[in-house]
Amino acid sequence: MTAGYGPASYAGTRRPTAQSHSLLGKESVLRRLDWALLLAVLAMCFVGTALIYSATHQAALEHGTDPQAFAKRHLLNTGIGLLLGTAASLFDYRVLRAYAPVVYVLSLVGLVAVLSPLGVTINGSHSWIVLPAGFSVQPSELAKVALVVGMAMLLSEKRDAEDVPRNTDVVLVLVFSALPLGLVMLQPDLGTALVISALVLGVIAVSGAPSRWVLGLILGAVLTAFVAIQVGFLKDYQLERFTSFLDPAADPKGAGYNVRQAQIAIGSGGIHGQGLLEGAQTQGQFVPEQQTDFIFTVAGEELGFVGAVGLVLLLGIVLWRALRIAVRAEDLYGRLVATGVVCWFTFQAFENIGMTLGIMPVTGVPLPFVSYGGSSMFANLVAIGLLQNVHLRREA
Amino acid sequence: MSERSRLRLLVLQVLVLSLLMTLLGRLWYVQVVAKENYVRAAAENRTREIVTPAARGMILDSAGRPLARNHTALVVSIGRTEMLRQRDGGRALVARVAAVIDQPFADVWTKTRLCGTPGAESAPRCWNGSPYQPIPVTDEADTAMALQIMERREDFPGVTAELTAVREYPAPLKANAAHMLGYLGPVTDEELAARAAEADVTTGARKETVLRRTDLIGRSGLERQYDDELRGKPGVKTLAVDHRGGVSGVLSESEPTPGNHLVTTIDSKVQAVAERELLAAIKRARTTGDPNKGGKRYKADSGAIVVMDVRTGAIVAMASWPTYDPNIWVGGISTKDYQAIASKKSNYPNQSRATQGEFAPASTFKAVSLPAAVKAGYSLNRSYSCPSAYPIGSTMKSNYESRAYGTISMRRAIEVSCDTIFYKFAYETWLRMGKLHPRKGAKDPFTEMAKGFGLGKPTGIDLPSEADGRIADRAWKEAYWKATREFYCAKAKTGYPEVARTDPTRAAYLRRLSRENCVDGWAYRGGDAANFAIGQGDTTATPLQMARVYAAVANGGTLVTPHVGKAIISAEGKLIRRIEPKPAGKVPSSPETLRWLRAALRGVTEKGTGRGPFFRAEFPLAKVPVASKTGTGEVYGKQSTSWFSSYAPAEKPRYAVVMMVSQGGTGSGTSGPAVAEVYKTLFGISGQKVDLAKANPPGGRPPTQLPEIRLDGTVVQLGSPMLNQASALPPFRREDGP
Repeated sequence: MTAGYGPASYAGTRRPTAQSHSLLGKESVLRRLDWALLLAVLAMCFVGTALIYSATHQAALEHGTDPQAFAKRHLLNTGIGLLLGTAASLFDYRVLRAYAPVVYVLSLVGLVAVLSPLGVTINGSHSWIVLPAGFSVQPSELAKVALVVGMAMLLSEKRDAEDVPRNTDVVLVLVFSALPLGLVMLQPDLGTALVISALVLGVIAVSGAPSRWVLGLILGAVLTAFVAIQVGFLKDYQLERFTSFLDPAADPKGAGYNVRQAQIAIGSGGIHGQGLLEGAQTQGQFVPEQQTDFIFTVAGEELGFVGAVGLVLLLGIVLWRALRIAVRAEDLYGRLVATGVVCWFTFQAFENIGMTLGIMPVTGVPLPFVSYGGSSMFANLVAIGLLQNVHLRREA
Repeated sequence: MSERSRLRLLVLQVLVLSLLMTLLGRLWYVQVVAKENYVRAAAENRTREIVTPAARGMILDSAGRPLARNHTALVVSIGRTEMLRQRDGGRALVARVAAVIDQPFADVWTKTRLCGTPGAESAPRCWNGSPYQPIPVTDEADTAMALQIMERREDFPGVTAELTAVREYPAPLKANAAHMLGYLGPVTDEELAARAAEADVTTGARKETVLRRTDLIGRSGLERQYDDELRGKPGVKTLAVDHRGGVSGVLSESEPTPGNHLVTTIDSKVQAVAERELLAAIKRARTTGDPNKGGKRYKADSGAIVVMDVRTGAIVAMASWPTYDPNIWVGGISTKDYQAIASKKSNYPNQSRATQGEFAPASTFKAVSLPAAVKAGYSLNRSYSCPSAYPIGSTMKSNYESRAYGTISMRRAIEVSCDTIFYKFAYETWLRMGKLHPRKGAKDPFTEMAKGFGLGKPTGIDLPSEADGRIADRAWKEAYWKATREFYCAKAKTGYPEVARTDPTRAAYLRRLSRENCVDGWAYRGGDAANFAIGQGDTTATPLQMARVYAAVANGGTLVTPHVGKAIISAEGKLIRRIEPKPAGKVPSSPETLRWLRAALRGVTEKGTGRGPFFRAEFPLAKVPVASKTGTGEVYGKQSTSWFSSYAPAEKPRYAVVMMVSQGGTGSGTSGPAVAEVYKTLFGISGQKVDLAKANPPGGRPPTQLPEIRLDGTVVQLGSPMLNQASALPPFRREDGP
């Protein structure tokens, strides 16, 4: 079932360790992997494939294109992502540290590039670079990975006798993260900016940094939001998206339309759902952006409360395992990497699902593993790879 | 790793868990608790309804003349979907249409704005219907305009010119009948909600009458009373639409079912004469000097006339003045027109004085007091003294114009309308009952008789908003006192300084009155009882109620239920039902008393107060004897109310005619001549000749037969089958087009 992730595919890249002599032995990497985490992630990817197919095949049929195109691409993305993840899990993190600056710089270059004429606007967000052969990448997704690794590195540098970051470390981290955050804001991609903010805040907090930093950052975030609205820093459409979730009925054909249609889809699913490929809202293409940002509505309508809860529970398993890895990590670096991933996934998923349920503003962020989209799938699976890496090191 | 780090990780765990729980809770709410709302919304999402209105049924008079019908008008409509497809939002398109139909661009543009959207004006200027429904911008297009639009299809995408039914009140024979017909108006949001709720609790059959936003609804008169019958059922085409609003198929389609026709008891000729004579009476009063006001002319601010079949309660004619043209309501009333019919300045022409006007019935009320006096024990076969005034306690209450007639028979007392005899009856009865504090269970024969004749409550006529009238008995006085005590007690203390500045005498009088009202306003005094017996004071009745009283006297005591509707006939011409409301009961008086009263009332016309107008009109009373009673109501601070209540023929009564003119002078002077003219029309009287063949309705009685309505909508009028082909309406078909 794990296509492209057979033992053979990584046996060659894996550096043998003293403890593991056999692939199937008690100490082998395969044995020691966090399987619950991996299986939950794979389940989400496959559920996503089905949902994407359901959301896209009608429109494709109408346009005379391959109805399975999106689903196939999602599977392909999953496969590539698993390869990248495998790599991320097997490198010793010391090696990883050497590459971290490269990833960071690469993501910065990408973020600058999207602001240049190379960038493409999709859904009011100038966050894409189109590559030849029909590929496009979203550098902001890469930036999340870079931040997780980079921040963990900066905050866990061994200091004499101290096991908490000093003020200088925190300032360094803030400067380090402010660069990509600022670039993302310029796109403007408010959703990703919020996810990055949550990630930064969570990692700094768990690093054990002094409380004044944590409280200060929370206060700063609130103030920034307030000022942004007052000064008009946010574009009108962004404000509308933000406020429309409070009262979607106010303007049913405008900014509130997506929220309204999304909720109608989920609500009309009921307990058992209308059945895969049977959702009237989904098949009638009433929900915009359904295969990406609003993929959860397909689950809500076609799989019902049972299916939607199942999906949330799968996410819960992923987060539970990630948190477990953070708690059990043998060093601060590992803990902070795991923490970063947890904050990232938690906030992004909450934002995504909450948006479809009308309790969060509409900011286009994908649902990890389920939404269609290569860059985000790669970044997510690399993050899982990092979690496995921390998990494996602890046992090592 | 620090302890702080571990603690914060714990906090993070709690946070993650609570966020997940929040999602699950919200999912439960959206998918399980509130599911129904979303399922309904989803259904609305995917379907659109196109409504084809049903042709509203006609309202015909008893001979089949249309009082309300539809004429086919060329209606130009613009489809909103097509407008939105234009790059400029349809501005150029609307400008082209406006040019063709010769209207200002701004007006047409306003009509195409959806109500409640930014920039839209308030209803009914904006479009209150479905965005998928073509929006009508004019119903006065001519064929040339329609051709321009239909021949240049490429210039007018989504614009249609179609024949559509528009309501029309043609006033046959100049019978306006505005107050009976009523009018149509757009549905309000409240009504939509109310009807939807109504449909929810009942079964599917009821749902068919559920209103739609574009519907017109009967707002008053017969249009309102018989709205459900007249409206019919619109045709509904349910379309499946996709997310872009594009139509992907037809789910269901139903043809409109035209509304039923209403045949009324109205005779257009009599109605037209009644209206003409009412206006003539008012003009007459306005040239007559009021002796009580130093010869100042009567104001005659309003009036009403009722012509009723005394045997069935069928209304042959009923008019109210001031009046208006019901056609002003068609296509939405303008602010100016509305002001003109519903303001104090115009004296509310929209109110029917016949059914909503409450006036003291004055001496015409003696038709009620006399049977009451008999109940109280007074004999009709002896003589009574009719002095110029009668002592009630310490005050003297005088006769009309303080005339004295000496000792006269009871019949003569009715003929000359002696008040003092009735004061005596009422006052003595009041004394016997126990004055201010009546014995327990004692019933006042006068107020009881008023109730027995159906006064003080609506007659139950099939017209909305009928007034109650008022029987000012002991119970009413007490209730009124309780309601106004505080006001009068306050005034008794403060006095009337604002009046005192200019008129100290009047201020003192008002203050004394307030003091009395404050202390014992509840008391039903001897003076109240005396006033009651002659229909004065606080007792009021509508002209319709008095017509019913005289109908009861005429028909031998049956209290008929007045009605304007006669039959409901389907669009195919089949009789659905006759409207024959059951009488409300019998009046509590013996046949002998009523027979005596009928003879006395006939005497009133022959040699009493009712003689003048018939004598002057050279009315052939020998051939068509009329029974009548005049009334001149005194209203404090106003000129007297003119009443003339009657029925004819006195021997075998058929019609009751009651007329009232507010501030119009005497009954015989102002109203009497008008009533005489109406009788001439009713019985085909010309000079001294009575020709029932020329009577309206023919034969001197309302027709029992119904006019025939053919499948194609033409009406075969009674008596003249070939006459009406021209006035008939071609049936409305929506396929019709230029």
